[in-house]
Formats: sequence, C-alpha cells, structure tokens
Amino acid sequence: MPAVSMTVNGKAVSGDVEARTLLVQFLRENLRLTGTHVGCDTSQCGACVVHIDGIAAKSCTTLALQCEGAKVTTIEGLAEPNGPLHPMQEAFREHHALQCGFCTPGMIMAALDIVRRRGNDLDEHTIREQLDGNICRCTGYHNIVKAIAAGAKTMAKGGARQAAE
Amino acid sequence: MSATGIGAAVRRKEDLRFITGKGRYTDDVIRPGETRAVFVRSPHAHASIRSIEVSEAKKMPGVIDVLTGKDLATDKIGNLICGWMIHSKDGSPMKMAPHPALAADKVCHVGDAVAVVIAETQAQGRDAAEKVKVEYQLLTAVVDPAKARSAPQIHEVAPKNTIYEWSLGNAKAVDAAFASAKHVTHLDIVNNRLIANAIEPRVAVAEYDAGTDQLTLWNTTQNPHVSRLVIAAFVGMAPEHKLRVIAPDVGGGFGSKIFIYPEEVVCLWAARKVAQPVKWTADRSESFITDAHGRDHVTHAELALDASGKFLAMRVKTIANLGAYMSTFSSSVPTYLYATLLSGQYDIPHIYCEVDAVYTNTVPVDAYRGAGRPEATFVVERLVEVAARQLGIDPADLRRRNFIKTFPHQTPVIMAYDAGDYNASLKKALEIADVKGFSKRKRDAARNGKLRGLGYSTYIEACGIAPSQAVGSLGCGVGLWESAEVRVNPTGSVEVLTGTHAHGQGHETTFAQLVSERLGIPFENVSVVHGDTDKVQFGMGTYGSRSGAVGMSAVANALDKIEAKAKKVAAHMLEAAEGDIVFKDGKFTVAGTDKSAAWGDVALNAYIAHKFAGQELEPGLKETSFYDPTNFTFPAGCHICEVEIDRDTGKTEIVGWTAVDDFGTVINPMIVEGQVHGGIAQGIGQALLEVAVYDKDGQLVTGSLMDYSMPHAHDLPSFKVGLTETKAPSNPLGIKGCGEAGAIASPAAVINAITDAIGTEDLAMPATAQAVWSALTRAQPRQVA
Repeated sequence: MPAVSMTVNGKAVSGDVEARTLLVQFLRENLRLTGTHVGCDTSQCGACVVHIDGIAAKSCTTLALQCEGAKVTTIEGLAEPNGPLHPMQEAFREHHALQCGFCTPGMIMAALDIVRRRGNDLDEHTIREQLDGNICRCTGYHNIVKAIAAGAKTMAKGGARQAAE
Repeated sequence: MSATGIGAAVRRKEDLRFITGKGRYTDDVIRPGETRAVFVRSPHAHASIRSIEVSEAKKMPGVIDVLTGKDLATDKIGNLICGWMIHSKDGSPMKMAPHPALAADKVCHVGDAVAVVIAETQAQGRDAAEKVKVEYQLLTAVVDPAKARSAPQIHEVAPKNTIYEWSLGNAKAVDAAFASAKHVTHLDIVNNRLIANAIEPRVAVAEYDAGTDQLTLWNTTQNPHVSRLVIAAFVGMAPEHKLRVIAPDVGGGFGSKIFIYPEEVVCLWAARKVAQPVKWTADRSESFITDAHGRDHVTHAELALDASGKFLAMRVKTIANLGAYMSTFSSSVPTYLYATLLSGQYDIPHIYCEVDAVYTNTVPVDAYRGAGRPEATFVVERLVEVAARQLGIDPADLRRRNFIKTFPHQTPVIMAYDAGDYNASLKKALEIADVKGFSKRKRDAARNGKLRGLGYSTYIEACGIAPSQAVGSLGCGVGLWESAEVRVNPTGSVEVLTGTHAHGQGHETTFAQLVSERLGIPFENVSVVHGDTDKVQFGMGTYGSRSGAVGMSAVANALDKIEAKAKKVAAHMLEAAEGDIVFKDGKFTVAGTDKSAAWGDVALNAYIAHKFAGQELEPGLKETSFYDPTNFTFPAGCHICEVEIDRDTGKTEIVGWTAVDDFGTVINPMIVEGQVHGGIAQGIGQALLEVAVYDKDGQLVTGSLMDYSMPHAHDLPSFKVGLTETKAPSNPLGIKGCGEAGAIASPAAVINAITDAIGTEDLAMPATAQAVWSALTRAQPRQVA
C-alpha cells in the first residue's frame, strides 16, 4: 500500500492508503478527524469541503495520494486550540445558520472560500450563487446567507485568523 | 421574559460541537474490531430469486462472512412491520405483505437487499459484493399506482395490489350537497413522489457483547425506544432489556429516520453471528433506493359551492402508492393524517374521502415532513383558489367568507379544532406581503416581459402527535404520549431526560429554556439527555411536530411535581407549613415573612435528608411524567407567494414569500423561524424542483443528486416570517408545534402563484421551467411572426 504524507491542521501526518482512498476517508478513518462529513456520492452536497493549500476542495472527490505534501485544513483546524472560535463559526451560531449541523463544517469551509474569492462585502445574491456546491436540507439557507454576510464583515475587522494558507 | 426563558431567542447550546466539527454522528462512532457491512441489492424492480452463489465472494480478501435471506430465515429473524392497522370499507384489514430484512424468494423493488457482505474494510466489502452471483427470474414491474389495480399481482396477500380501500365521511350527504350546488370546482392532482435526502445518510452500528448477551445498536433514528420495541417484539432479535439503542447526533430526518429498516436488523443479526461489531453506512445513491420515499398520491377532488361562494361539500378520491412493502407508519399517512385535514380552515358541512392504497415495485413510501397534511392542504388550497378564479371572487375574500370563526369546531372528518383565528393570520400576511401593491408590481413586470402571479395558502394542520386513545381507536398500534424525567442534582443543576430526540430542532436549548424559567435557575445549569434507551425512560421520539407540544408538556408536568416536592423539603428546612411556602424565581419563601431558602440549598437538603424523616418524606428530588395530550394541536396560518416568470424560459423566480403562522406558545422564536424556513424550502422544492421518477421497468431514473433536483441557495428567496398566537388548549404550555407547517403550506402557495401568473390551471408539480413553459405555450400559443 502506498504511503502518503501531508500537513493537516498544521500537523505533519502520514499513513498507508490504497490508491483509491479518498481524502475524506483518510481524514475520517486514518486521522479520526470526523468533522468532515460524507453526504453524497456525486460531489454535490458539499458536506466534505476542506481547504487544500488554502483553496476549498471537495475531499470526497480528491484522492488522499493527490494531497502528498499538501497543507490541508479541516473544520477542526479553524479555531485556535483552546482559543476563540473563528468569526465565521461565531456568525453561524449567532444567526442560527445550522440545525442538524451535518452540512455545517463543509458550509463554513465553503463560506471562507467565498470570502477569499469575493471579499468581505458579500451581498445576498452573490452568496446564494456561490453556495451552489453546498446543500442544506434543514435551514432553507435564509440564515446561512445572513451568517456568511455577517461573518465576512467581521473577518474584515481584522484580528481574525483566516483559514490557514 | 428573561434573556433565556420562554420566548427568548437564545442561541443554541448544541451549536458549539457542530461548528467545530465535534458532533458525534453515527458514522463517527468507531467500535474496536469494527467490520463493515455492504449489501447486495436487486437491480431489478420485480424478480424471483432463483439462486444466490456466495462462495466466490466469501474467498475475497478481508471477507468475514456473506449472509443471505435464507440464512436470516433459518435463524428465525422476524419480518419488519407496519404498526397502524387500517380497515377497508368492507371491514377487512389492510393487506400487509411479509417484509423480511433480506429477501429470500423474490425482490420487489430496485434496491431490495438479498445478501450482505461482512468485511474488514468498506472497500473489501464492496469488492466482494460484486462477486456475489444472484440469478433472477424477471417479473413484470408494476410502477404506475393509477394502473396497479389491473397490473400483475406482486404479493400473494394483496389481490389487485390493493392494500386497503378506505373511506371517511358521509358519501350520501356529500352527494346530496353536490346535487344542490350552484358551482362545482374539480381538479385532478398528482402529489409528486419525493425523497427526504437528509444530508446525513442512514447508518447502523451493531455490537454484541457475548459476556452479557447484550446487543447495542447505534442508529440514525428519530425514535430509539420505538426502534428497540419493534426490533425486540416483532423482529424478535433480542428481548427489550437486552437491546440498547443509541441515537447519537442525527443529521436531519424529516420522517425518513422514523422507520425501522432492514439494515439495522441485519447489522444486529450479523454482529451476533460474526461476534464483531458491524457498521453499515449508506451511500447517497443507496439512500435513494432504500430510504422511505414520500407523498405519491393521484387524486380527483371536487368542491361544491352555493351562489354566494359558500362551501357546501368536498369529495376526494385518492390512490396512494405505498411502494413494495408497508413501511412502519405508511398506512396512516394517506388516511388519518390526510383525509382528516380536508376541511382546511373552512366551515364545510359535508366531506367524503376515499383512499385506495396500492403496492407497486418501488421503494416503500411513508411519512415525510408533513406526512399527509401537505397532500391535504394542496388539494384544499388549490380547489379554493381555482374556485375563486372560476367565480370571479378575490381569493382572500372567498377564504374569509368560509373561515371557521367559532371554536371548538367539529369538522366532518374527525378533527375538532379547539382554537384559532384564521382572519388574524390572513390579515397580517396581506399587510406584510403588500398585496395591495401587487397589481402595480404585476404591471411593471409585464413591461419587462415578465409574468407576475400571487398565490395563497391558508393552511391548517393537525400535529402534536398524538392523543393515545384517539389514535388507538383509529388503528395505531402504539400510544403517542411522551415521557420526561427531571433530575435535580444535589448541587442544584438539573438534567432533563426526554423521550424525544432532536435531529436539528434544538431541544438541548429549548427544553433548557423551559426548565430554567420554571425553576428560576441559570440556563447553563440545565442539560438535556436524550437518545439512549439505557439512560432515558421509554419515549416515542421526534416527528409529527410533537416534541414541544407533547414532549415539553411532559417536562412541565414533571416540573410541577418537582416544585411540589421541593416545597415540602423547603417547609422542613424553614420549619413552616407546606401550604405557606411560595416558590418564585428560584427561591422558596415563607409567605408574609423574609424567611427563605435558595434553590441550591433546597436541592442539597433533599439529598442530604437531615431535616426530615424518611417516613414523612422520601429523600431525593427527581420526578417523572408520562404526558398524553387531550387532542391534536392545530397550527394554522397564511402563506403568500409572489412569483415572476420568464415567458421565454418558463423559469420561476420567487420574488416574495410571506408566512404568518399561529403556533400557540413559542419557546424560542429564532428556532421556530428556522423550522419555518426549512419547511418552506422543502415545500418549494416539491413545487418547483423535486420528483422521484421511475421508468416503466421500475428503474429509479432520479437515482442520485445528479438527477434529483435538491433546492440550492440560489433556488430560494429569503422569507418574511410573522406570528400570531392562539394558545393550544390541549396542553399545559399552549404549544402547537411548528416543525412541519412550512412544508405543509408552501406547495399550494407556489402553484397558486404560478397558475395565477400564466393563466392556466394545467400545471403539475414540480413546476420546472420546462413544465411552466409548456403550460404557457399550450394555454397561449404564440403567433409566429
């Protein structure tokens, strides 16, 4: 079995994987980082979104071996250990942007990528369009849109640690 | 109202783990020595099984065993059941076909499981499953429910594929009313088959402890105790006291996780056989062919009116597709959860409804958010809107003329509405939606080549499921009360053990709000325990918008008992008569004095028991209540949808959504609004996007998220949500419940709006761009320039 090495949430990790092992399986089963979820098998639902080298990617459609040498950030890596939550996480709680929570890690990671690409002043239309890769069945998106707009604004106020590059 | 009490928009306690990726969903449960189950499923809709050859699969790397339906039968594992008896008009019981967890003789739908591979890894299991050789003899697939009665018979017990022929109401009185009617509106309606698609797929983890002969099941269930009861008593897997069912965090359910499915039964059985924990996790495309589907009605409905637009009678005939087997609650959804709501918000003297339920070679159908009430509301609110158009009466006006105005109101379809004010929600919705300004908006849109339409849905539903005697008399095999235990700890903090189980509804927050306010203790000092049959007394679970109305009422009653006992303890501490103790804001005071004891001291004293003799008062401070409501509750309201349609593409944009709902007492308005948003989104999904499609061979064409169109953020608007309040008289808190109302009200509002815009009623759900464009083209054929 081939070996793979990468950095996950700032920590160097390695493991033996099959060629067909998905990144999400490596994260969940080898590293026991179960915050990243699997919700579909056609790369549509977005529950699996992580950041690879600073860019949002669907870990269900990425092979673990593809991430050799990469820097991966998952939902568990957003907040400082024993530190405050990331402003986007806070915004989701403040605006009731989650109910069952299953789509939430991927939604937050995708939200951060929207900020990276479109900036901190996001209007409703932009956010809705940019969430094309994330499905929520619980919230109807109304509060998710509000949370992302608010989280983006708070991130602009500085002092907020953005997702690791 | 305190910052954390009843009515406060308290931020949720459960969010911390979800936003940091520390939720514990069933697939996150990893047991030492865990093996993986991969099911072999029929690719055919209807076939007999001639042989299953597993020897090659058994030799594959990592395979521990391969089990079939024959093995299941040999081990005498019982069948899955439907727990609600429905009788036909002729008095005969419903025809419940045998439903083994693994098919042995024949398969009845694409996805029907015939074997299971138990392997060390998922990948090994998948590889081995491909090596299981099943020889099928194809049979004709029965797919169209409207034609099922004359199609080849699927199950021996059910001639004409008919499960029951049921009716409700007085046919003669209805016929007489129709004969005297000035106007009759009739509609043919298909309520499209839907798939719940909670984002978390179903998972089962089963473990057997040979040392204690104990089975444990971690499962994505909305009701662990009910699952335990069915698996113990009907499937016969183990006696109840030797089976523990744990529902950890559950990622959405919408009804689809109520039912007892083959997969958890097989995992339990296999875990005992292979003496290792067995985990099964559904792939999404596997969910599509195994999770219970929803809706799937074909209906002809008629409304009789007099000259002044007063409703005289309604007549409805429905064919309900229940799929290949009867799922756990399936029989009740198109009968007692459907026909009993056909009166809507209106005073309709006579109603008659006939429902024929049929088998087809499709995935079993059961409750999905609203369960029967969206189907009823669609029928009623489309009839009313169309009648208004046909008679040239304003649709709001026609509704007002027929609203029920005095309570209690006995409908002709069993339900007795106890409280409501339908005018209030209509009035408020009209204001918020700025209906007055609609004509101008419509003209402005027309100048831009767009068609604007407005649609109403004044819905009512019956939830707070349910008064046990009432449902028992209607055939339900269980009571639908709810349980609560309130445990005060010696240091004064409180645990509430509830038989409900949240899968997104925020119970850890709302239940704590109730307790915090009632006992006058900090919100942070209350925790909610649910989802484990070892920890929590028997309860019926979460569905049917019942956790507030029924679950919290049980908590309220237990709190009454806590208060009563605590006062006794305080009386001993303060050397006063029990009747002189007043409890307010967390303090016990001797009336008319300044002698008091704080909550924490009373709690401690209850457990130290130094101040009273055991003979006069038992130590401890813990009380239980099993609460049975006296009636269903009746949330009701008005939704107004405004759409703008591009006539060249048929694409519908929802440009305005107003929802004004009466949910009685609201514990947390933020959470209630969230429930409304989510429900509306699902209803809009049904109206515009979603449908499960089977081809003539019984293949599920919409078999993944590639083809089944789930609502995305850009498909939906933001919502304007308001509340009115008439408290529910049937429970101590006055709560009506809110979890399903959005999904119940919304499809009719959307279709009413679109048909208003395009000027034809010839439109079925989902009203995709293509469907709307086609309807427009049929109705208004364009001239070729």
